[in-house]
Formats: sequence, C-alpha cells, structure tokens
Amino acid sequence: MTISFLLLAAITITGTAAAMSLKNLVHCVLALTLGLVGLAALYLRLGAQFVGFTQILVYVGAVAILAAFAIMMTRSAEPSELSRSSSIRFSGTLIALMVFAVLAWAICSGTSALQVPGPQPEASVHQIGLALMHLFVLPLEVIGILLTAALIGAGVLAMDETRRAQ
Amino acid sequence: MPEMIDQIFVLLKHWLMAYVPGTLQPIASAVLSVVPVLIAFPLLFAITTVLERKGLGRMQNRYGPNRVGPFGILQPMADGIKSLTKEDIIPRTADQAVHFLAPVMLVIASFLVYAVLPIGKNMVIANLNTGVLFFFAVGSMVELSVFMAGWSSRSKYSLLGAMRAIAQMISYEMPLVLASVVVIMAAGSLSTVTIVNMQASYTRIWPHWYVFTPWGLTGFVLFMIAATAESNRCPFDMPEGESEIIAGYYIEYSGFKFALFFLGEYLGMFATSAMAITLFLGGWAAPFSFLTWIPSYVWFFAKLLTIIMAFIWIRGTLPRLRMDQLMNFAWKFMLPLSLINIVGAGVWHFMPAGFARWLIVSLLVVVSCALLSRGLRRGKSFYVRTYRFAS
Repeated sequence: MTISFLLLAAITITGTAAAMSLKNLVHCVLALTLGLVGLAALYLRLGAQFVGFTQILVYVGAVAILAAFAIMMTRSAEPSELSRSSSIRFSGTLIALMVFAVLAWAICSGTSALQVPGPQPEASVHQIGLALMHLFVLPLEVIGILLTAALIGAGVLAMDETRRAQ
Repeated sequence: MPEMIDQIFVLLKHWLMAYVPGTLQPIASAVLSVVPVLIAFPLLFAITTVLERKGLGRMQNRYGPNRVGPFGILQPMADGIKSLTKEDIIPRTADQAVHFLAPVMLVIASFLVYAVLPIGKNMVIANLNTGVLFFFAVGSMVELSVFMAGWSSRSKYSLLGAMRAIAQMISYEMPLVLASVVVIMAAGSLSTVTIVNMQASYTRIWPHWYVFTPWGLTGFVLFMIAATAESNRCPFDMPEGESEIIAGYYIEYSGFKFALFFLGEYLGMFATSAMAITLFLGGWAAPFSFLTWIPSYVWFFAKLLTIIMAFIWIRGTLPRLRMDQLMNFAWKFMLPLSLINIVGAGVWHFMPAGFARWLIVSLLVVVSCALLSRGLRRGKSFYVRTYRFAS
C-alpha cells in the first residue's frame, strides 16, 4: 500500500464512480476513460508493460471512441427521464452488488489471495510472444479467424448498401 | 574525439548529475532528460512553420512571410506573441471543462510519445521493452482529445470536423501499425533502442537499414502515407478542409489554445516521422560507414528535416482527397497491402539469403500492389480535366 498505489486506486475509483453518477452521457464516457487509464497505470505499476499499454491502446483508443460515437449517433447526450426513475436505480444497485459479491467470493477463495513468496515474476514481451506462439497457438488462431470474419462481415455490410443503390 | 562529440550531451548530463545529492537523483535525471526534448521540438515547430510558409510560397509563386526580421525568419516570434495576447474566447454554450481539457490532453499526449524515440546514441528518455506499443498506445489518446474538442464546442462545424478526423485516424491507424509490424518481426523486439541498434551496422560501406529490403520499402511507404493521414496533413486534410468546414474540430478555439492545437498537430507529425526514421531509416545511424564521425543526433535531425521537407512538398503539390476516396484507399488498398507485406517479411525471414528471396518478395509486393490498384480503379473512368479559365 504505497502512495502511488493509493493515488492510482483513487483515480480509478473516482473515474468509474463519476461514470455512473454524472448526468451527461458523454461526460460519463470520458470519466470511464479516466478509470480505464487508472487501471492501465495499475498494470504498469505491477510491471506488466504489455498489458498496460494494450489496455490504453484498446480501451482509450478504440472502445472509448466507439462508445462516444454510439451515444452521439443513437440519442442526444442530455439526461433522459428514464435514468432518474428509482426502480432503475434499485435494480442497478442490486446487479452491481451481486456482481461484486461473486467477484469478491472468487478472489477470496482463489489461491491468489495468499501472499506469493519470492521475487515478483517479470512478464516480458518476449515471454508473452513465446507463450502465444507455442502454448496458446490454437486460441490465437481462433481469435484470428474470428477477427478476420468480423472484418470481412463489416466489408460486406458496407458493400450491400452501394449495391442496392445502383 | 568524434566519440566524445557524439556523446557530449550524455557526458554533460553525467557531469551535472555528480553535483546532485543522492536522494534527488531520480528526479534530477528525469528533468535533465526531459527538458532538452521539451525545448528542442517546440523550437523545431517554430522553425518548421516558417520553412513551411516560405516553401509553400515558393511553390505557389509568391514570397511567403518576409516582413519580420531578415527574410521573415522571426515570423514564429510574432505569431507566438500574437496568439498569447489574443482574447481567449469560449463559446457560451460550450462544455467549459471538456473545452478546456481537450487542448491540454492533446499536447500532453503529443509530448509523451517522445519518451521512447532515440534521438541519438544513448539518447532516449525511457528505453521501454514495449517502446513501439507505448508509442501507438499514447498516440491513440490524440483521437479522444479530438473528439473532446469537437464535441465540447457545440458547433456543427467542429463536430463535423471531429467526426471526419476520428474516422480518418481510426482507418489509417490500422495500416500504420501493420506497416510497422514487419520491422518488429525482423528485429524481434518492441524496444526502439534495439530496433535502431539492429540497423546500425554496415556491410562494407552500406548500412543495414530496413528500408533497403522489399518489405521494408513497402512498409516505409505505407507508414509514411498513413502518417500523413494520421497528422491530418494534405492530401488527407479533410478534417480541417478550410474551404468546407473552416478549421474542423478546433474552429471554436482562439488565442493560445488554438496555438496549442497547432503545436500538438506538428508535434504529432514530428513524432510519427521520427518513428518512421527509427523503424525504417536506421534512427541515428549514419547512411555510410565512412560518415560515422558525424554525431548521431545530427543524422537524426537531418533525416527528420528531410521528411518534413517531403511533407511540405506534398502539401504544395497534391489536391485534397474526397471522403469516399480516403476510405476506399485505406480499407481497399493500404490494409490488404500491409497484410501481404507481413507475409512477405515472413517469407524473407525463412528463405536463405541471396537473390532468390529478393526476387520472390519483390514480386509478391509488386504484383499485389498492381492488383489492388486495379481493384481501386475498377468502374471508374479517368480523363484529363480542362478548366475553362485556368488554362
């Protein structure tokens, strides 16, 4: 529990809490981005450079932008009546508590809660690359096929519109 | 003696560090590494603005700035004073906090990427294991700041500009990253320092730069095209097309915040150019083995200025692309070609050295390039356009 950990944890929690409580949806997305950056910084603090920078690349560079675009294209950023009603709030709190309970149970009962003795394992990019190419090559290929299919599917969806126009 | 001149900044830092007490050393070391970069690149920005305006002026048959100082070289000073003393207007309906944060975030992200760029031998702020990944991760934060600027201004023009800019940046980020993958494959490392060190050796007088291989040349060209689009420069300057949406996402900014956007844009351009140099053009390495006596940082900045000159030249030469041309080019040409280029780099790696792999990889790249450009041209007819009053 060093100062840097407390600071980063505070940033992460503030960001995510603001993402839930702010009125304006675009502000919520920006606050969520802050929370995700805090999480990435926590990964970096643990020595996981690859995971930390990938977190920033994927979540800040792509997911946040995607969320912002989705909000702007589907509805106005002004707060809606629905979000103020108490029943939504109640069920939301209930779901959040349930998820938290499951996660807390999993963490407490898992082996990772025990203090690991010895030096901190250093996961270098080299090791991650070797693991991906040897031990986890099948999942990697499956994800590759999935992403290729998604790319081609997006292309087909975009192409269909021009065909119909002709 | 050349060795000492080459390392003079490193030696100077070590000499200064000896006077710092032990507890302050990490902070002092960071400050001494960061401050020169914070001075050098904005200075380069100032020089580039005047060079660009002079160069464009020459290409367009006019003088360019020639009033402030001899030959107008003090023009950046005048611009700086002007933007500092101008009134800072914030639109009444703007989202105050986000409107303020957008330029700040842009400049922070633009400066952060310089942490992993090796400016000379032993001259890098942070030698990260994942340097290239860091560069692209922090670079992607620029998109978010563009979105913040465009959305918070509550202006149709800035929102349109932001939409165009983000669509363009996301589309061209894929070829940018995929074009640099070939170098990562060849070097076997994500660290920028290792990548440059791999290129800094010579066969007789010729260097081992990655640009002198078929996949390296393709990767370099793809990288530079994508970098032009990423930095929103001509011919990809749709997001700020002056004749359509005035200045795009930063139209509602004035005074120094406008200057910050300008600074961020140019810093981004320098950073991607420096990354192209690091990945393909051997970083700080000299082009011939008999020229290694010239200091490494001189070579780095010489290469950087050459690329900047190419950028200015292209801006003065090419017209602006349309949105559909832009997207077609990114998704139907750049992306497939960069994927094929990765295959080419793999083939190169596993074939024995010699003429055969040169031929096969070159053929692979050239044939796929020709086929892809045929695909782009399909269904379109081209003719020489005649202008009634201009000819």
